[in-house]
Amino acid sequence: MTESLWDLLLRSLLPIVGGALTGTIPLALLSFALGLVIALGVALMRLSRIWIVSGIARVYISIIRGTPLLVQLFVIFYGLPSIGVLVDPWPSAIIAFSLNVGGYAAEVIRAAILSVPKGQWEAGYTIGMSRGQTLVRVILPQAARVSVPPLSNTFISLVKDTSLASLILVTELFRQAQQIAAFSQEFMALYIEAAVVYWVICLVLSSAQSVLEKRLDRYVAH
Amino acid sequence: MSPTDPLAPEPADAIIAAPLLTARGIRKSFGDVEVLKSIDLTVPRGNVVALIGPSGSGKTTVLRSLNGLEVPEAGTVEFSGGDVVDYSRNPTKRQLASLRDRSAMVFQQFNLFPHRTVLENVIEGPVQVQKRPKAEAIADARALLERVGLGAKADAYPFELSGGQQQRVGIVRALALKPQLLLFDEPTSALDPELVGDVLDVIRELATEGWTMVLVTHELTFASHVADTIVFMDGGVVVESGPPSEVLQNPREARTKQFLHRLLDR
Ligand SMILES: Nc1ncnc2c1ncn2[C@@H]1O[C@H](COP(=O)(O)OP(=O)(O)O)[C@@H](O)[C@H]1O
Ligand SMILES: [Mg+2]
Repeated sequence: MTESLWDLLLRSLLPIVGGALTGTIPLALLSFALGLVIALGVALMRLSRIWIVSGIARVYISIIRGTPLLVQLFVIFYGLPSIGVLVDPWPSAIIAFSLNVGGYAAEVIRAAILSVPKGQWEAGYTIGMSRGQTLVRVILPQAARVSVPPLSNTFISLVKDTSLASLILVTELFRQAQQIAAFSQEFMALYIEAAVVYWVICLVLSSAQSVLEKRLDRYVAH
Repeated sequence: MSPTDPLAPEPADAIIAAPLLTARGIRKSFGDVEVLKSIDLTVPRGNVVALIGPSGSGKTTVLRSLNGLEVPEAGTVEFSGGDVVDYSRNPTKRQLASLRDRSAMVFQQFNLFPHRTVLENVIEGPVQVQKRPKAEAIADARALLERVGLGAKADAYPFELSGGQQQRVGIVRALALKPQLLLFDEPTSALDPELVGDVLDVIRELATEGWTMVLVTHELTFASHVADTIVFMDGGVVVESGPPSEVLQNPREARTKQFLHRLLDR
């Protein structure tokens, strides 16, 4: 490698990491938070005994999981304007990613709720709690603990998937790398550099995940 | 907890044989299988009624029908001074809630809340449901825990306790609700033999204090000492019921004799 290539990599590290800090990470965090709220709602709908309610949730989950995230993103950013709805890049990305997380995490949360032993519901009822009270105070705290490993995986996938937002002009990690690559014509070097930055972020997240899991594991009903 | 406590049940001899709870004609099927075939059960105030019988005979289902955890197809459950809950007429949520307000249950598998400490388990109902002041609920909970020998475990989590300790917390959680009726479903069946005694001691003490209880158990010796009435069930019907001296010592029915023989042979 020539001296100037090292130079380029070093000089591009700042904008690439900057893209992670101002694009990738806030995009992932915000979409994940909104996505979890959607997911909880969809999971509860899916568990409803009213068939139309659970049916709507089922269809939603099926559409989200049965279509590519890139297509969902394009429908919102490039598709909606043709019916007169203009959405900016950032809001488009957040809407698409949170709807997507909502679909995947709903199944995780539903499974976690179902994994809490039936006796926990009954213990709640026999101390006089309503269904809603038992759900909030007894079931969800335990379901939350069970969901940590699969939801961490969802989050790590989301961090990587945010690179798709570069295609709807959101300035994030990968778009920064692309722009420098196009300008310098050093495609291989810049894309590997981008890959390394994603990898480091994901390594940090996985180790945070295992710390969290160890701490939460103890209080789950077996 | 003491008989002078206005919320504690009245002593057995105060109102002789006045039923606290009356259940009539309870029928329950799971799929095509009729598990309860018209069960009648009367629980006098201050009495201990022990349900015995082979496994699968429907004891648990009877118990769960008394507090609406199981919704039978037919039958009525009535607390003295309360609504008649008629299961054949789709009881309302409020009616089922009224059954649960008056009773509390101790489970075979304890069913403590694993994410809450012992103290939090005990005050959950009084504070969240009965809206009692938290300080008062905590003081009561500590006193009850002290009584069952778990004063030092108030801040422990359930997973840190032995089975026998967990079940005593289960009993305290039920008592803290100050219910009129205590329901026990094989409270010692999940315990190692050496831990059974402590739990039975607690239940015996409650019986002495005059708590009204329905107790499903396989501990026949224990039942013969604490129960006023033994109800023997088999195949979803009550085969025989009466005082222990009759049902356990001089059973009338062949099925009762057979069941007792089989247990004694082991
Ligand atoms: N939720 C259920 N679904 C299907 N069958 C059940 C259910 N609960 C109990 N049963 C059946 O009902 C019968 C009585 O059960 P149960 O009341 O638990 O008996 P016991 O407590 O006397 O052992 C058994 O044959 C059992 O298999
Ligand atoms: Mg049983």
